[in-house]
Amino acid sequence: MASTGLTIAPPRPSRRRGQTLRRLLGSRMIVLGGALITLLVLIAVFAPLISPFGPYEMVVQQRLKPPSALHWFGTDNFGRDLFTRIAYGARVSLGVSFTVALLSVAIGMLVGLYAAYFPLLDHVLMRICDALMAFPSILLAIAIMAALGPSMGNVILALVVVFAPSLARTVRSAALVVREQTYVEAMRSLGASSLRIIWLHIAPNTLSPAITQGTFVFAEAIIVEAALSFLGVGVPPPAPSWGGILFDGKVAIFTAWWMTVGPGLFIILAVLGLNLSGDGLRDVLDPNTVKAAK
Amino acid sequence: MSAVAETVTPPASAAAAPLLELDELVVRFRTENGLLTAVDGVSFGLQSGEVLGVVGESGCGKSVTAQAILRLYDETNLVRYGGAVTFRGKNLLKLPRAAMVDYRGPRIGMVFQDLSSSIDPVYTIGFQLVETILAHQPMPPREAEAKAVDLLRLTGIPSPERRINDYPHQISGGMKQRVMIALALACEPELLIADEPTTALDVTIQAQILELLTDINRSRAMGVIMITHDLGVVAEICTRVVVMYLGQVVEEAPVAALFAEPRHPYTQGLLRSIPALDGDRAQELYVIPGTVPSLLAVPAGCRFAARCPYADAQCRTEAPPLEVLRNGRKVRCWHHEVVAATGEVRDVG
Repeated sequence: MASTGLTIAPPRPSRRRGQTLRRLLGSRMIVLGGALITLLVLIAVFAPLISPFGPYEMVVQQRLKPPSALHWFGTDNFGRDLFTRIAYGARVSLGVSFTVALLSVAIGMLVGLYAAYFPLLDHVLMRICDALMAFPSILLAIAIMAALGPSMGNVILALVVVFAPSLARTVRSAALVVREQTYVEAMRSLGASSLRIIWLHIAPNTLSPAITQGTFVFAEAIIVEAALSFLGVGVPPPAPSWGGILFDGKVAIFTAWWMTVGPGLFIILAVLGLNLSGDGLRDVLDPNTVKAAK
Repeated sequence: MSAVAETVTPPASAAAAPLLELDELVVRFRTENGLLTAVDGVSFGLQSGEVLGVVGESGCGKSVTAQAILRLYDETNLVRYGGAVTFRGKNLLKLPRAAMVDYRGPRIGMVFQDLSSSIDPVYTIGFQLVETILAHQPMPPREAEAKAVDLLRLTGIPSPERRINDYPHQISGGMKQRVMIALALACEPELLIADEPTTALDVTIQAQILELLTDINRSRAMGVIMITHDLGVVAEICTRVVVMYLGQVVEEAPVAALFAEPRHPYTQGLLRSIPALDGDRAQELYVIPGTVPSLLAVPAGCRFAARCPYADAQCRTEAPPLEVLRNGRKVRCWHHEVVAATGEVRDVG
C-alpha cells in the first residue's frame, strides 16, 4: 500500500463553486481511476439488466463452457454464467470494501483525533493500534473470521479491525500538526470546548489525508476480502464474490482458465482504479507531495 | 524620571484587589526526559487598566506563564501546576477543568504571535468571529454578525462588511493580527494577554497595533499583559515591567525606574544590547555572552551566574532570593547594589 503524505494541506476553500471539481477533473489519474470505478459500479448496479441470467441459475448442460457471445466470460462447473456472477459479485466485493473503507475512516478519525488531542489517551490508543498493526493484515483477518464464523457482517467487522488502525495513525499524525497551529491555541484561549476544537477545527483540516488513505483502504480491502473468500473464510457461498469465484476456478484452472481470469481481471481493474484515484487525490489535496515527487 | 522613582507604591494588600495575581506559579511538563520545570515560582500582580510588560529571551518562560494563566496546556500536554493564579479573587488553578471555558474569552482574552496560522484556514473570518461571540453570549446570529462587523471596525479593518467573508489567506499579516485582536476582544475580557503581538509585523504596522492596544486599554480600563522581548515596545506602552530569566522573575520595577537604573545584571545586559540611535556606529553592539541554559540542566546557584560579569563564588553555589526593595521594585541578585552603582543610565524610548 502506498503510504500517504503526512504533511497536512488544509482543504482550500473554493471561492467559486465547482473550482474543486475542476481541479479534480484536471488530474488524469483521477479521471481514469474514477472512470474505471464508475464502470464497475454501473455493472454491479445494473447487473440484472445487463445479463439475462441469474447468479444462481445452473444449467448443467452448459458446464465449463469457454467464453462465447452468449456467455461472455464462459460458465463455471455448475453451468452458471460467469459474467453474471462476477457482476453480482461486484455488489458484494465493492459493497463490503466500501463499507469497510467508510467505517475505517470514521473510526480512524474518531481514534486519531482524540489520540492526537489527549496525550494520555494517545498512549493507550496507539499501543492498541501498534498491536493490531503488528499482525499481517490477512492473518489477522483470518483469525478474526475463524473466531466469529463466516458471514458478510463479520467480514466487514474483521476488515475494519484490520484497516482502522492505519487510518487512525494517518489522522493522528495530521491532527498532531494541526493541534500545534496557533489557531487551535487561539480557539482554546477564546473558550472553545475540546469537543468544538476537535470536530469543528481539527477534523476538517485532517480530512484530505483521511480521504486519500480511505481510498487506498478501499483498494486493499478488495484484495483482502477476495483473499478471505478464496481461503473459504470470507462471504459464505453460494453468494457470489470475486474471491469465491476464483476459489471455484482453482480446481478447474487447467481445463477452464476463464474461471480464474474473469474475476481476476475485475479485481485488478477495481484495485487499479482505486489506487489511481488515491494517487490523484493525494496530488490534488496535498500539494507538498507533488512538489516532492517532481 | 526621579518623580516615578519617588512615588510610593502602596503595599499590595492595601490597594484595590488586583485583577490578576500570580503567586509562586510553577509549571512542570512531563516529558520523555523527565519532569521539566518551565516556570519556577513566578509571582507578579496586575491592576485593572494597567499595562504590564513581561520581558526576557526566548525560552525564559514568558509564553508558558501566559498560557498557564489560562491553563491552555490542560488538555494537550501532561502538565502540573504549583502555586496560585488568582483572578478577581479566584484561584484559577483550583477550578475544575470545564469551568476554565468561562474564563477563556469572556474574562481573559489572548493575542498570539504567529500570524500565518493564527486563524483557522478553512473558515471565513466572519464565521470564526460569530462562532466566538455565540459560544459565550447567546443572541440571534444576525446580531452576532453585526457585532463581528463592529469588532473588525474597532480594530481598524477597512470595509469590514466585505472583509467578514474573506478567508484568512486572503488578508495580510497586519490585518490577521487585527482579526486576532478582534477575536480576543469579542467577549469583552477584563484582561488581555498579548504574547509578542507585534514580533512578526513590520515597524509601521507594529506601531499601529501598539496604538490600537493602548487605545483599547484606555477606553475599556482593561488590564493588559504585554509579553515581548522588545524593550522598545515596553518603553512605549507599559507602566511596569517584569523581567524573566530561565523560568524565574529576576527583576520587577516601574518602567522608568527599570530603564534608569537596572538592578539585575541580566536587565542591564538587555538594556545595553539595544542600539542607541545617537550612539557611535563604530562601537560594537553589546551582547550578553552565552545562551540560556537548558531547563533540564538548571545551574545550582544563581541561574544567570555563568553569563554574568558580576558573578562570584557565592553566586555559583547559592541561589539568590527575590529581594523586595523600595518603590515597588524587586530583584533577584546578590550584588544588585553593585550592579545599580555601575550600571550606565540610558534613556530609551
